[in-house]
Amino acid sequence: MQMHEVKRVEIMIEAPMERRLSNALTENGVTGFTILPVLGGSGRSGRWSREGQVSRAGGMVSFICLVRPDRVEKLLDAVFSVLERHIGVVSVSDCEVVRAERF
Amino acid sequence: MTEILGLAADNLISPIILSFALGLLAALARSDLSIPEAVAKGLSIYLLFAIGFKGGAGVAAHGIDARLVGSLVAGLVLSALLPFVAFALLKTLTRLDTLNAAAVAGHYGSISIVTFVAASSVLTGRGIGSEGYMVAVAAVMEAPAILSALWLVARSGKSADIDAGLWREILLNGSIVLLIGAFLIGWITGEEGLAEIESFIVAPFKGVLCLFLLDMGLVAGRGLRQSRGVLGGGAIAFGVLMPLVGSMFGLGAGLLLGLSPGGVVLMMVLAASASYIAVPAAMRVALPEANPAIYLTLSLGVTFPFNLTIGIPIYVAIALALTGG
Repeated sequence: MQMHEVKRVEIMIEAPMERRLSNALTENGVTGFTILPVLGGSGRSGRWSREGQVSRAGGMVSFICLVRPDRVEKLLDAVFSVLERHIGVVSVSDCEVVRAERF
Repeated sequence: MTEILGLAADNLISPIILSFALGLLAALARSDLSIPEAVAKGLSIYLLFAIGFKGGAGVAAHGIDARLVGSLVAGLVLSALLPFVAFALLKTLTRLDTLNAAAVAGHYGSISIVTFVAASSVLTGRGIGSEGYMVAVAAVMEAPAILSALWLVARSGKSADIDAGLWREILLNGSIVLLIGAFLIGWITGEEGLAEIESFIVAPFKGVLCLFLLDMGLVAGRGLRQSRGVLGGGAIAFGVLMPLVGSMFGLGAGLLLGLSPGGVVLMMVLAASASYIAVPAAMRVALPEANPAIYLTLSLGVTFPFNLTIGIPIYVAIALALTGG
């Protein structure tokens, strides 16, 4: 099967910033992304779990976007305009998709 | 003093407090006891709806007076003023920098609706009446403190991320909309409306509150466990002292307004409690460099349990002694 190279951008961000990041992505032409809840993890401030939070303020969400390689730069600019001062992780990896026209 | 101790002892062995203690101890002992997130959300919706509806029905039954407007104004002023008091106290007792001190201070001007609900339940249990519109006072006290905290930060030359969306999120957060909405429904439908759904929102109220406080105990215990070592002695002292200081401001406002004994207690509780839902979310957006472990642990891990176990009986005893209730 013919496969097409795209970039997979994963952004872990604080839950209260979810709407702002969604807006920034949409405004920059990234209309396809998936948002997943994060159960917990461990970072510079130690371990944390969604169970220990009384509100969404202490939680995290994960965005996954698949984009054409030539659009990654613009996407990252949009992401960092929101993420710069906040807790979060951004990673970019190579991946392949079947239907290139969708990205 | 004997009365305060008696009230505190009665309060400590109530099902509500013991449920909270069970959750707290279970979390500290690393038990896997947990309330599913959706169930906890459902319980909080029930409690907000019930307390709002009953408050509205109370206003319908007893009518509106000038004290309603006065109480709303007092709530706004207290919420805006208390962060400055808290900020000064934090600067005296702790070594927190301006950013973190302002973020913490904002929490102490705002309110904890669960503490308010627990205090209302204690009043109901003792047959002490209160003004139904105190629910609306609680709602107006959520946001002004955030402005004061941001002003404290701006004054020190640091910047805060504030946009129109943030204000919409603060002013129209689900808890406020539900509380005010239920209050209005209760007000419009009055005692007849209350009679229609009484079996749902009155009789099971305490039982639901017990389960909700069990969950709050679990959350507070986990928070304390995860944030061990975050707070110094000065910060913990602040978490206990500030509610007492805040309650005195509430007491002054309640007495000046001529509220009923129960109304004075609720005004004290509102001024004494600290937010752990609306303000932390706003602070994460506006002041991301402030450490959430400090303000969340203080408001949820120190001040909330203090108010629930010791604070409320103290406020009840003082209000009753000074109002002759």
